[in-house]
Amino acid sequence: MSVIKTMKILRSLFAVALLIGPALAKANYGLNMTRGVTANSHTMYDLHMMVLWICVVVGVAVFGVIIYSIIYHRKSKGVTPASFHESTTVEVIWTIIPFAILVAIAVPTTTSLLAYEDVSNSDIDIKATGWQWKWEYEYISDKVGDGAGVRFMSQLDKDSDAARKPHSGVDVTKIDHYLLNVDNPLVVPVGKKVRILTTGKDVIHSWWVPALGVKRDAIPGYINESQFTVEKADWDKVQKDGEAIFRGQCAELCGREHGFMPIVVKVVSEDKYKDWVKTQKGAALAAAADSNKVWTKDELIQHGAEVYAKNCAACHQPSGEGLPPMFPALKGSKIVKGPIENHIHIVVKGKPGTAMAPFGTMLSDADIAAAITYERNSWGNNDGDMAQPSQIKAAH
Amino acid sequence: MSDNHQHHDHPTGIKRWLFTTNHKDIGTLYLWFSFTMLLIGGSFAMVIRAELMYPGMQLVDPNFFNMMTTLHGLVMVFGAIMPSTVGLANWCIPMMIGAPDMALPRMNNWSFWILPFAALMLLMPMFMGGNFMSGQGPAFGWTFYEPLSGQYNKLAFFVFAIHLLGISSIMGSINIIATILNMRAPGMTLMKMPLFVWTWLITAFLLIAVMPVLAGAVTMMLTDKYFGTSFFNAAGGGDPVLFQHVFWFFGHPEVYIMILPSFGIVSQIIPTFARKKLFGYASMVYATAAIAFLSFIVWAHHMFTVGMPVAGELYFTYATVMIAVPTAVKVFNWTATMWKGAMTFETPMLWAIAFVVLFTIGGFTGLMLGVATSDFQYQDTYFVVAHFHYVLVTGALFGVIGGVYYWLPKWTGNMYNEKLSKLHFWISAISVNVLFFPQHFIGLQGMPRRVPDYNPMFADWNFVSSIGGFVFGASQLLFLYIVISTIRGGAKATSQVWEGAEGLEWTVPSPAPYHTFENPPLIK
Repeated sequence: MSVIKTMKILRSLFAVALLIGPALAKANYGLNMTRGVTANSHTMYDLHMMVLWICVVVGVAVFGVIIYSIIYHRKSKGVTPASFHESTTVEVIWTIIPFAILVAIAVPTTTSLLAYEDVSNSDIDIKATGWQWKWEYEYISDKVGDGAGVRFMSQLDKDSDAARKPHSGVDVTKIDHYLLNVDNPLVVPVGKKVRILTTGKDVIHSWWVPALGVKRDAIPGYINESQFTVEKADWDKVQKDGEAIFRGQCAELCGREHGFMPIVVKVVSEDKYKDWVKTQKGAALAAAADSNKVWTKDELIQHGAEVYAKNCAACHQPSGEGLPPMFPALKGSKIVKGPIENHIHIVVKGKPGTAMAPFGTMLSDADIAAAITYERNSWGNNDGDMAQPSQIKAAH
Repeated sequence: MSDNHQHHDHPTGIKRWLFTTNHKDIGTLYLWFSFTMLLIGGSFAMVIRAELMYPGMQLVDPNFFNMMTTLHGLVMVFGAIMPSTVGLANWCIPMMIGAPDMALPRMNNWSFWILPFAALMLLMPMFMGGNFMSGQGPAFGWTFYEPLSGQYNKLAFFVFAIHLLGISSIMGSINIIATILNMRAPGMTLMKMPLFVWTWLITAFLLIAVMPVLAGAVTMMLTDKYFGTSFFNAAGGGDPVLFQHVFWFFGHPEVYIMILPSFGIVSQIIPTFARKKLFGYASMVYATAAIAFLSFIVWAHHMFTVGMPVAGELYFTYATVMIAVPTAVKVFNWTATMWKGAMTFETPMLWAIAFVVLFTIGGFTGLMLGVATSDFQYQDTYFVVAHFHYVLVTGALFGVIGGVYYWLPKWTGNMYNEKLSKLHFWISAISVNVLFFPQHFIGLQGMPRRVPDYNPMFADWNFVSSIGGFVFGASQLLFLYIVISTIRGGAKATSQVWEGAEGLEWTVPSPAPYHTFENPPLIK
């Protein structure tokens, strides 16, 4: 190929790049990992970049030799093939070089991994339990705001949930943080060491927030530990009114709704954190009071419709028709139309080996009583009876 | 040679294929089966890319999507890649070592004919449902992690499909080992064997070692589901992580089972078209053996996030990155073979060079993934998806396609259409990068794998990837056309076919007679 021809091709490629360039700039063609806001995520990023550059250098060298060969060692150039096909010296050299590179990679990997896995001396311990398909957070101990005992569920927010239904017709680009937003985010203070204890209720999930540098599987029967401390300096750059929000998703395939169980962590100033703990404790007291009072049937049905929409409709569907055979219908179901004790039992204890979770450990007694009453009086299930929170308590 | 055997009673039509014990016929069956599965598995991938083309749920139910990702993986691994390399082994190994046929011809027939039934059993549940869109195929990922897979209500179909596939693979491997160790022509010492024969010998040992482990895993799943055992059920005292250890003890050697035969193919093609002997033959053999050995002791790098003790994470990091050494040696040897050769660029050579470059990119990302600390960010993202498609599509599959073009004139007696096949190569090579390279970016940016929908921040690269996917998928229909038209006719091939080809298969006429080397050839 002549030099002039090559120049021509290069020039036209450049022109194409100029044309496409502005179009690309408008869109989101991000390329790389984010550096994050914790010491862990920083070392992960640095290690990632180091290994990446090593690969780029080796790649350029090897591919350079191949391209040189392709251009100059081709038959059409009239070359005669060389006859060498062995050289112990060369073989030894190119065995040792990769090995040396690997040692250079192994050293920082070791130090970073030891730091990553150091879960000692935490300020706050939070248990994150993966459910099909939501997260449960429980503050186990808390040296900052005395939040031990705070416990809540966190699941995909309403707007995303409505928009992600097949053929919803909603323009998802208009939804605020589509699929990355939850009703109740996890709240932690900046600059404090948070230990996350992950476990799974039904199947394996994985708790992942890229900016925090934490990804740890939530496995039934296991409690895994990992930790993060949001660096004040990084937080200052992104915080607004003493709050910064970091988002992630479940990273282990956990069934039908795996793509729809995000994780949102709100990192706040210490004062804000203490206020938040107080509000949570007040809400818990109110919920306990709800579970101690006697409800009317209408109250139960009204509240039950909300509980059902949030916790049951994903599988059993808003119509109560389910998605058989995976998710049975409640409309006309033997259990829903049968004795109320059996109905309460399956909701409280769940059904092992299926996606039916033991809601007794997730929802309050009042919520369960309301949902059961709603199910027994909807979609033509005219049972006419109701469940009181006290009955649920007895079934635990 | 073949004239002496016209008196043999050749069944024709369907009976020829059902009852055949001829290694060439069985090789052909394997190759057509795997191509069929490639198109089926590919069509599943098209559904995946179509749903992911835009954010929002447009086409399928999330469960159907999960079923597509699951079956795409299973069909490609067990239906397309593995049988295609067995097909090449059947066709080529006896001819390459100067043997008249495989050592165990009847078992050979059986190991093939199990496969269509296994595939049927795997795919059947897709059609069991009120309508196609509520199909009940497996939807728990090709890695079928417990306890999720235990929730599947047609688990027995899946388990027995895997059992049948395993039986087929084990029998095929025994046959290949018996053939290579017992039926080489006099003078064909082990260190004179073509590298393709070497890589398959090692692959066969890997298969025999790990297929029973897989069978054990699915059997434990079966008894957990139907007979009340609790191997993997935490509530019954079992251990869900045990499943992953058992699975990946099979699964990691499995990835080498898929790639090693392609290493062998490329090691045949490059010397032919560089007109220069393979550089470092002995080190290639040792490197392959080293890779095979290491493949047994690195499995838990697939599960860095399960919460292993830090000592375990360190060990599996060190062992994993060690694989880069023998792999690098192989890449350097291929490069050195091209160096100062006299290269021509017929279609098989194009696929082989693309293999070396693109497989190496997959190797680089493999090295990155092996480093546990940063793997915590990569694990279960599209970065992983990009990585293993570089090694399996532009690695294993490109090697196989290159091999098909390389040996097609020997099989059919006709030359393929060079212009069309180059077109096939260039469309595939460009579109496959448009398809998979952006997946590195969306993975690094934080998109998990196996999700049917995503935040619009990932939309642009997903769109690009989908366009690449559709073009890559469609271009394989061109491959089908080229192969069929070559079988039907074309310029006659010589027995040598390629100017620089060396090896016994190039000493027999093209097309290769039904029976070859009934009198062993003389090896210098």
